[in-house]
Amino acid sequence: MKRLNPYLTGGITPDWIDYLLAYQEAGANGVEIGLPFSDPMLDGTTIQQASDQALRRGATVASILTDLTAARDRIHIPLFAMTYANLVFRGDPFATAPAATDAGRGGHRTLTEGGPEAFCRRLADAGVAGLIVPDVPLDEVDRLEAAAAAAGIDLVLLAAPVTPPDRLAEIGRRSRGFIYAVSVMDTTGERDALATTAAPLAARLKAVTDLPVLLGFGISTPAQAATAARAGDGVVIGAALMRRVLDGASPDDLRAEVAAFRAALDQVDQEVPAAPAHAEISGHRR
Amino acid sequence: MSVPTATGRFGEFGGRYVPESLVPACAALEAAFRDAWADPAFHERLARLRQDYAGRPTALTPAETLSAQLGVTLLLKREDLAHTGSHKINNVLGQALLAQRMGKTRLIAETGAGQHGVATATAAALFGMRATVYMGERDIARQRLNVFRMELLGAEVIPVTSGSRTLKDATNEAMRAWVAAVDEAHFCLGSVGGPHPYPWLVRELQRVIGEEARAQTPVIPDVVVACVGGGSNAAGTFAGFVDTPARLIGVEAAGGAAMTNGRPGVVHGYRSLVLQDADGQVLEAESIAAGLDYPGVGPEHAHLGTTGRAEYRTVTDTEVLDAVRRLARSEGIICALESAHAVAWVLRAAGTPDLPTGSTVLLTLSGRGDKDMATLAGEVA
Repeated sequence: MKRLNPYLTGGITPDWIDYLLAYQEAGANGVEIGLPFSDPMLDGTTIQQASDQALRRGATVASILTDLTAARDRIHIPLFAMTYANLVFRGDPFATAPAATDAGRGGHRTLTEGGPEAFCRRLADAGVAGLIVPDVPLDEVDRLEAAAAAAGIDLVLLAAPVTPPDRLAEIGRRSRGFIYAVSVMDTTGERDALATTAAPLAARLKAVTDLPVLLGFGISTPAQAATAARAGDGVVIGAALMRRVLDGASPDDLRAEVAAFRAALDQVDQEVPAAPAHAEISGHRR
Repeated sequence: MSVPTATGRFGEFGGRYVPESLVPACAALEAAFRDAWADPAFHERLARLRQDYAGRPTALTPAETLSAQLGVTLLLKREDLAHTGSHKINNVLGQALLAQRMGKTRLIAETGAGQHGVATATAAALFGMRATVYMGERDIARQRLNVFRMELLGAEVIPVTSGSRTLKDATNEAMRAWVAAVDEAHFCLGSVGGPHPYPWLVRELQRVIGEEARAQTPVIPDVVVACVGGGSNAAGTFAGFVDTPARLIGVEAAGGAAMTNGRPGVVHGYRSLVLQDADGQVLEAESIAAGLDYPGVGPEHAHLGTTGRAEYRTVTDTEVLDAVRRLARSEGIICALESAHAVAWVLRAAGTPDLPTGSTVLLTLSGRGDKDMATLAGEVA
């Protein structure tokens, strides 16, 4: 089954959990929850606006995880948190004072204050299955990778069209859950057509990993999603959905939007002969 | 000052926190910089540009009246006399040469006060490249003159309307634009922040300030002082004196003091001290000087500060305006609001234990105040 992971900015509206449930009802396989950051380096205008709106409402990592925890019984699909390094590395979002480990360093300001270890534990406690941090590339990932593994969180790594073969292979080895293929050399946002770089990247990734390859960035319509899904194992849909939410669309409206993407991917599944079992594994662990 | 580690660290600060899309570009830039920096022909060309085009070496001016008034010997390193009116040209000429060497045809830059944007537009014109400069709407409003200069030089100035509409957001937008244009464009970063190798690269290109000053001063000064936003003029100045007994003092805007009030964090591709709230959201800095309106500081400054090799102080906008007036009336030099932060600290500290009478002070005037006339007209009586 081709995977559909729609994106939702946590806390974007007071009833944001209703959008999440609507995504689930519409056939999403997982949902990417954006934990809003003031300076999102890889996001285009729409996701930036969504993050700004959530932050203006007072959304925090803590409040979003609290909302998720409260809705846990109603959520049956995996959730993947997506956020930026500053929120992950600055430490425990629930700490109001430096963690005890800092006191032993003479009160000197350190990078820990809970750090990614506490961050990942909190995600796990809230029922979040995975984490995506686009500004932590392989070169900086060691500590976060260990923290995620210790907390039982899948750290999903990203690959880009310009990623050279040796890095791509390492990303394939070290990613968990799935691999996020950034299909275009651009920020997030809607595009008129699927980027020509999407399919070649998916093919290169599938040659180096058994993990599912999900394509994201600029996939804006069900038709584009179908094209992308033929190249990979599924898609992430972000800006196209968040623009609708920003424009005031209701959870019911978004249920219909996501259902249209689901239908397009189901159509692709019907085109493809039954895949061998190894292509259908959940991919959580190899 | 030290060479960063293989991962671009100065102590615990620095690094390369960028999307995978930008990792190859950062790696290619690092390789090109290492190659160029080991090439005598590159240095020769850069030195010629600095001399024949930028007007280096810049003067070292004894501030005689102020020195007599304050009881210290104050020497001014005159980056305001460099072409385009600030130290920014040092960095940009080097990066443009590097970009040309890498086959790039376009420069993307962020700017706050506009001085880095003007320098980038200038180098692009000189090298026959396109220049796209991202500038916050709020800064565009208060730095009109520099916007006109950039446009006259042929650069495209793109207003940034997100967030605080200042340098922080212009930097985000420039980095996003770089992702989409990485094949043809070099991101000509203006300060000692950003992902590795930028903090190192920019400091090496600004090192000329400190090295010239060192050669121009008859004695090693007791104190070396420079303003700090991102911190490029201070990094370049300090580089000339870090191996001496001189105290190194960086002066921040009270409303934008990442060294003083920041906490460890990651923004704009590097880990350093960052102004942020309890939730990790980056705060908007506030300063009368658009160039210091920035919530982060270069990672090497964070390292120098935490190891104690450099000290960091803050001054208020009111002190800065007073410093502009004092320097103008005593020495006939109208300096940039940014540079006036360093002057303001000297005015406050002279004769105190922080800067005892009889001290020799080397102060980098990072730029001239022409760009600030609209602000100053309303503020300085």
